[in-house]
Amino acid sequence: MIIATNVTKKFGRLTVLNNVSVNCNKGECIALIGPNGSGKTTLVKSILGMVVPDSGFITFNGLNILHNWEYRRHIGYMPQIGRYPENMTIGHAFAMMKDIRKAEHHGPLDEELLHSFGLPTIMEKRMRTLSGGTTQRVSAALAFLFNPDVLILDEPTAGLDPIASEILKEKIVKEKERGKLIIITSHILSELDDLVTQVIYMQDGNLLFHKSLQNLQKDTGEAKLSRAIAFIMKSK
Amino acid sequence: MIKIIKHVIADILRNKIVIAYTIFLLAIGMSVFNLEDNTTKGLLSLLNIVLIVVPLVCIIFSTIYVYNSAEFVELLVSQPLQRKHIWLSLFSGIALALTLAFFIGIGIPVLLYSFTATGLILVGVGLLLTTIFVAIALLAAVHTRDKAKGIGIAVLLWLYFSLLFDGLILFILFQFSDYPLENLMLVLSALNPVDMGRILILLKMDVSALMGYTGAIFQNFFGTTTGIISTLLVMLLWIVLPMGFSLRKFKRKDL
Repeated sequence: MIIATNVTKKFGRLTVLNNVSVNCNKGECIALIGPNGSGKTTLVKSILGMVVPDSGFITFNGLNILHNWEYRRHIGYMPQIGRYPENMTIGHAFAMMKDIRKAEHHGPLDEELLHSFGLPTIMEKRMRTLSGGTTQRVSAALAFLFNPDVLILDEPTAGLDPIASEILKEKIVKEKERGKLIIITSHILSELDDLVTQVIYMQDGNLLFHKSLQNLQKDTGEAKLSRAIAFIMKSK
Repeated sequence: MIKIIKHVIADILRNKIVIAYTIFLLAIGMSVFNLEDNTTKGLLSLLNIVLIVVPLVCIIFSTIYVYNSAEFVELLVSQPLQRKHIWLSLFSGIALALTLAFFIGIGIPVLLYSFTATGLILVGVGLLLTTIFVAIALLAAVHTRDKAKGIGIAVLLWLYFSLLFDGLILFILFQFSDYPLENLMLVLSALNPVDMGRILILLKMDVSALMGYTGAIFQNFFGTTTGIISTLLVMLLWIVLPMGFSLRKFKRKDL
């Protein structure tokens, strides 16, 4: 579904992505793992077209995403740090997004998260007054709102309280079972155990491996994802 | 695209600065005509507002606004929208809000008290300058990530157009005063939209006699329909070119 081929991106002298190639398919739930500054967010942003790679290309359903924008209607994106116009209320933000995507979104809206996060009661609050966790709830609810085929979640549970985080995880499992492609970047590996089917490990802008969870468990002899990754980091 | 423009304008209205700017212009516009019996004198006072204050407010407000909407733009870029449309909507939203403010603040008093060709040209030049300086502000803002630097560049650009450019022209005039420079002046004035606006208005006020031989050359050119149309075209270029450059930059910008 999403194929990245030899994507390279430099910020000044720093190479953030070095010849990265990935292949993501429908129904997979992919964990994008790596230390801080390994290029996870840049890879995600390249897929979204927010960062333009220096070389290499990315295709979505067989179409090159460069200068293309329509493909983004199939993607729900939850940024690492949701930043919204400060003067906007939560209600305004939802109304604006619905307004913008109304034209090409037909089917019903998925407002499950909106309700389970209790957002309808705080619709009047302005974005600048929200706590980090509440902003994350808004981002998550917006990402799932249009029932997209692909969900890209950048550190989804960072800043969420355990209850909200559990609600979000259940929602992710549910969407995975409906055959969607889900890409999650996270540091909290213990949370990913029951979610992911594939693991991509990145370091210093290089993609070190892309394996299914079973293969990773087999290769390392560890059942837990966190231990398997620790095993690999030590053996390097 | 219209939807985004709508949201930009709603956001601008919510922060009230443009409303304050409208009231400020309206207060000046009304008081100038009520203090003077001679409306031409009133227009002359407004000329300074149009040439100095309007570009300053437009360029500073737009630059800061673009930096402050970085989050908004980031949010939009991850949605199924063309970057071109996002940037043009941002431009149209700001330009519409500011031209509307100018039209209410200066346009209405001028139309009420001095409905003449000079008055109309003054309003037209003000509207064009507003849009031009919004376009220049967007160009300055898209090129620098650092907000303080971006605003600094905007202020410097305003200084250049309002003060430095005239100094440079005077310098050239004195250095090369032995040569016939009249036609060169014509070309040089096209490099500064503020100057073009000033010449256009002053000539309509029939004070070109004060400008000597150069004034006569200007009158010969700007006084004709061809002159006015080409001035208009050059001023439109001053909107299209900065917008084109900033759009090209924005399309490839990493957010």
